[in-house]
Amino acid sequence: MVLLSFLVVTAFAIIRMNDLFAVVMLSGIYGLLSASFFVAMDAVDVAFTEAAVGAGISTLLMLVVIAQTGRKEKTSRHKPLLALLIVLITGSLLVYSSFDMPHFGDAHAPIHEHTSPRYLNDSMEETGIPNVVTSVLASYRAFDTFGEVVVIFTAGLGILAILTIGRRKEDDDEIASINDSMHEQHLVIRIVAKILIPFILLFALYVQFHGDFGPGGGFQAGVIFAAAVILYTMLFGLSTARKVINQSFIKLIAATGVLLYGSVGIVSIMSGGNFFDYNVLASDPVAGQHLGILLIEWGVGCTVASVMIIIFFNFSGRLELHQRNERSKNREPS
Amino acid sequence: MLFDLFNHWVVITLMMSGLYIVIAHGNLIKKIIGLSVFQTSVFIFYISMAKVDGGTAPILAENITQYSNPLPHVLILTAIVVGIATTALGLSLVVRIKEEYGSIEEDDIQQQDNQDLADSHLENKA
Repeated sequence: MVLLSFLVVTAFAIIRMNDLFAVVMLSGIYGLLSASFFVAMDAVDVAFTEAAVGAGISTLLMLVVIAQTGRKEKTSRHKPLLALLIVLITGSLLVYSSFDMPHFGDAHAPIHEHTSPRYLNDSMEETGIPNVVTSVLASYRAFDTFGEVVVIFTAGLGILAILTIGRRKEDDDEIASINDSMHEQHLVIRIVAKILIPFILLFALYVQFHGDFGPGGGFQAGVIFAAAVILYTMLFGLSTARKVINQSFIKLIAATGVLLYGSVGIVSIMSGGNFFDYNVLASDPVAGQHLGILLIEWGVGCTVASVMIIIFFNFSGRLELHQRNERSKNREPS
Repeated sequence: MLFDLFNHWVVITLMMSGLYIVIAHGNLIKKIIGLSVFQTSVFIFYISMAKVDGGTAPILAENITQYSNPLPHVLILTAIVVGIATTALGLSLVVRIKEEYGSIEEDDIQQQDNQDLADSHLENKA
């Protein structure tokens, strides 16, 4: 309850602030608070994802964007009164309807009556995986998850289409020289990060493979893996990171993830089952489930990680181009 | 008794704050942040619906009989990652708008569009 009150305070602070930098920081706090709330609500898998995404990656993305678009919001608002009126009416209607809602924590609410007992009672026998969230995500509702992975992949494609810029070799070299002078000052952070990054990558792999037994899985592992690469990029500059991680290779990985996921479905059709019916993948149904879930989690992990890296690389690539253009503009008049 | 519906009211407050930011603020980045506040409120709504009193996280173990509902967790888990992907797409549009118009304030952009429209009308007449 305290967490929820904090969330409300943060949201109001976000409304009041004009400095976008502060707003972005607040939205990071907002993400972290909601992650803590999810832990209190027993949703450990969700909290894991929200902590990595809401407090980590989205804050970084916003920062990269405000570096390109300016920090101050114009104070003039048109018709805040009208907006307030609409919001208040909608809000009070929602509050009115909330009186019919089942009470919080009620074990006999309609939501707990139908599908959930089946997942909780039978999933261990059918899939042999203790983490019910993973077995529902990867086996019972694999088709939904496939759709979501395709959405993520498509968003990555969209960003490539909107933001990619043709780069020339000379530009890269110039940017690299700017970067080197900038990053040499942060020697301690660089060394500490160098020590940390292997462990972050190892943790990502642990989350990937341990998702069946504890909280975790392809989505979380993908985001953590991407976070390690982003940390490297922030400290050593984009051109160095591009040398480490080949751009077309990462695009290939993103597509391979979706393909791997989809082909598990196709293979299960060809072996005589339904789409994403893993029971037919091996002679023993439970072993088939294990194999299927392992493969599609890999697909999810690959796609999520590489799309996140693609997103970050393209945003910061734009930023560096702007910085370089401004530099050459400043140099000309003198 | 009073607090039985507290979660729902917090969700409604957060949702309306997000909606207010989207309607009343002209800055495109602020609008996107408003959208994500709205989005998170829906996540909180689903997750609090899944909670069962006395239940634990839905990871099966011996000696535990009461679990929270895993299905909303699955839906929201994927929704968060899809959310960041679509937010990033929105931000990339903001970056392009900034490059084309030199501004990310809604009224500036509208003004420039109106100006362009008026110019093209004049050209057509001439």
